[in-house]
Amino acid sequence: MEIVPEITRKSIVNLVTNDKREDGRALDEYRDVSIETNVISKAEGSARVKLGGTQVIVGIKPQLGSPFPDTPDLGVLMTNCEMLPMADPTFEPGPPSDDSIELARVVDRGIRESELVELDKLCVEEGKHVWMLFIDLHIIDNCGNLFDACELAVMAALKSTKLPVATIVDEEVVISEDETFDLPINNELALCTFVKIGDKMVIDPTLSEESVASARLNVGVTKDGHICSMQKGGKEPLTKDDILFAVNMAVTKTKELIEHL
Amino acid sequence: MSDLIRDDGRKFDELRPIKIEAGVLERADGSAYLEVGGNKILVAVYGPRESYIRRLLEPNTGVIRCRYNMAPFSVDDRKRPGPDRRSSEISKITADALRPALMLENYPRSMIDVYIEVIEAEGGTRCAGITAASVALVDAGIPMKDIVVGCAAGKVYDEIVLDLSEKEDKEGQADVPIAMMPRTGEITLLQSDGNLTEEEFAKAIDLAMEGCRKVNEIQKEALMKKYSIE
Amino acid sequence: MIHVENKDLVIPGQILADDEYYSGRGTFKENGKVCSSLLGRVSLRNKKIRVIPLKSKYVPKKGDVVIGKIKDVRFSMWDVDINSPYSGILPAFEVFGREKKELNRVFDVGDVLFLRVVEVDEIKKAKLGLKGRGMGKFKGGIIVDIAPTKVPRLIGKKGSMINMIKDKTKCKIVVGQNGLVWVKGNEDMEQLTREIIHLIEAEAHTSGLTNKIKNKLYLAIDGELPPEEVEEVEEEEFVLEKPKLQNFKEELEEEEREEEERQKEEKKDKPDIGEVIEEFKRKNKSKDGSLSYGDNSNNSFILNNK
Repeated sequence: MEIVPEITRKSIVNLVTNDKREDGRALDEYRDVSIETNVISKAEGSARVKLGGTQVIVGIKPQLGSPFPDTPDLGVLMTNCEMLPMADPTFEPGPPSDDSIELARVVDRGIRESELVELDKLCVEEGKHVWMLFIDLHIIDNCGNLFDACELAVMAALKSTKLPVATIVDEEVVISEDETFDLPINNELALCTFVKIGDKMVIDPTLSEESVASARLNVGVTKDGHICSMQKGGKEPLTKDDILFAVNMAVTKTKELIEHL
Repeated sequence: MSDLIRDDGRKFDELRPIKIEAGVLERADGSAYLEVGGNKILVAVYGPRESYIRRLLEPNTGVIRCRYNMAPFSVDDRKRPGPDRRSSEISKITADALRPALMLENYPRSMIDVYIEVIEAEGGTRCAGITAASVALVDAGIPMKDIVVGCAAGKVYDEIVLDLSEKEDKEGQADVPIAMMPRTGEITLLQSDGNLTEEEFAKAIDLAMEGCRKVNEIQKEALMKKYSIE
Repeated sequence: MIHVENKDLVIPGQILADDEYYSGRGTFKENGKVCSSLLGRVSLRNKKIRVIPLKSKYVPKKGDVVIGKIKDVRFSMWDVDINSPYSGILPAFEVFGREKKELNRVFDVGDVLFLRVVEVDEIKKAKLGLKGRGMGKFKGGIIVDIAPTKVPRLIGKKGSMINMIKDKTKCKIVVGQNGLVWVKGNEDMEQLTREIIHLIEAEAHTSGLTNKIKNKLYLAIDGELPPEEVEEVEEEEFVLEKPKLQNFKEELEEEEREEEERQKEEKKDKPDIGEVIEEFKRKNKSKDGSLSYGDNSNNSFILNNK
């Protein structure tokens, strides 16, 4: 992590205390969002999301595999995230860092717990063959708030995913070469990330805001207002009021974010 | 010459459609995006910067390090993340291909990192990576003698053709990727795999060099487009 | 025979001219041709061709003034990040002389300082010092970073650009040759100045920039365009010379005076942030030069740490 100059810390805290930010946004305002889907023709589902200067690409690849013993009739989701060294001068090549694993798990949790992917429709033969969806996140430019950008990207990519039709013929799986079906999705979800600066909760933090923040809170909310994932990060604590404020805001902001999908 | 028409409708000396854009990332010191055929490649450059890997540094000049990486979703069957033997080799020869053009005497003991991400692969990613990396290096303000450019020629159905697609690469008899500095015509990367007669090889290298010159024009256009006054 | 004109955009490897021309900075000669080694703009003087880069990392040179950030405190020196591939060191000796003191009581990690490059060794490590008034630790304000190659443009001919910004925003601005700029004033003006500096960076190569910036400043602060155009003196400005950095000495003396006055005024004068722009307009009209704003408690340089 880069050392943040003391005067930068003070200036950002002062701004936020006066309800202002370096880029002129309100404390509850997102940066511009743009989403493109089907950006990778070799992936069954894909999306590229820009959130301000932050850019992520996600690709979804299916593979046939065995179900987990306790859920023999459900498909499997696996989310993996590469914080590429291209995205940030402090990211190192090599196996995923703790930050990268946390990011992938928080993004995964929202999708999983909202049960928006109908996993039972990914079962080809109970107990034997199910579709496993590999969701690979590629972080290419880090200008802050990777969480929300990643969740939007995964959501958009899932919605664009088409899987080949697989059937059982003479106890063998036959994968159709031209027949596909849309991945069944029954809901929409967004993640809203806040950081605490001074006494205030700030949504969609930039990199410099992240670097001076005392704590972070991710709130995953579905379109119909159900809270299905949360994570508190950062070195310092949050108050109950901070959390309730963020949850309330997240429910409103999720509706805005989902419009981009 | 041959009037053969290839599977994808190209003539023997025709490149796949190609598009290059310079300066596409915020954080990197320099960056470029390239599409050729079905390839999509993103390159970021950081540096010259301080490096703590002492053994890599040189007292009289800056050094370059490349990392070629394929996204798990860039190929038909998902690729496991992380480096493998193929990507390590390509990373090495890419650095070797770019190094002769760099003028880093003013940056002793510094490091330039070039990160090549293959977002989608469709044959010829190493040449495409070199071509995009050069544009990103220029975009980063790195002093260079020339803009290195890569292109391949090969042998498909007994014909020498330019810029093999993935299908041609699989079905073909030989692939000769090269990289060169167009101003002097010096070659900075050469590989060849497959069967070629001496005559065919000579033909392939001529064709690949011709291809490089065409791609070089696109590199120049991309940089001019990014930075010229409207 | 020459193939380019002054100010043309060129790229590495591009042939600029034949043998009768001289190869200046940003170019090299090979096989009797002058070629560019950089992405940049041609600067042609007599028969000498140079290429001024659009982007380039800062490499320390003796005598430069830079803005640096303390990244480590060691036994007898500070490690300083000077926005460069090469780090700087500030020896305790440069600060204390022969006296022995605890280093981190004076400057700690994260402090931002205005420094002079005293010496650069053969591996480009920069030895830094604080000799000269105005050198030392910044208190308050913000840091803006720009490409070091754009520093001369930000300063403008004889300081025309930077002085205009200072006059209009009432911000104090210190420019380091390493591309870091310190700005301090009213909170809103600091942010406006950041925007303006980035605009200058983005449009450094365009003509008529001084007027464009002037209009922008007046529109943002007064809500109307300035009464008259400034005379354009930009023709040669983009040539990279050693930037004529503002006369720090005078400026800092002035600042000290302001500081004293401000402290006297402090109790009665602490404007509401929302009304600050109005405040400025009013003060400008009344030609009251001594402005006071912001949080005065952290409003001074530490000078030479005496």
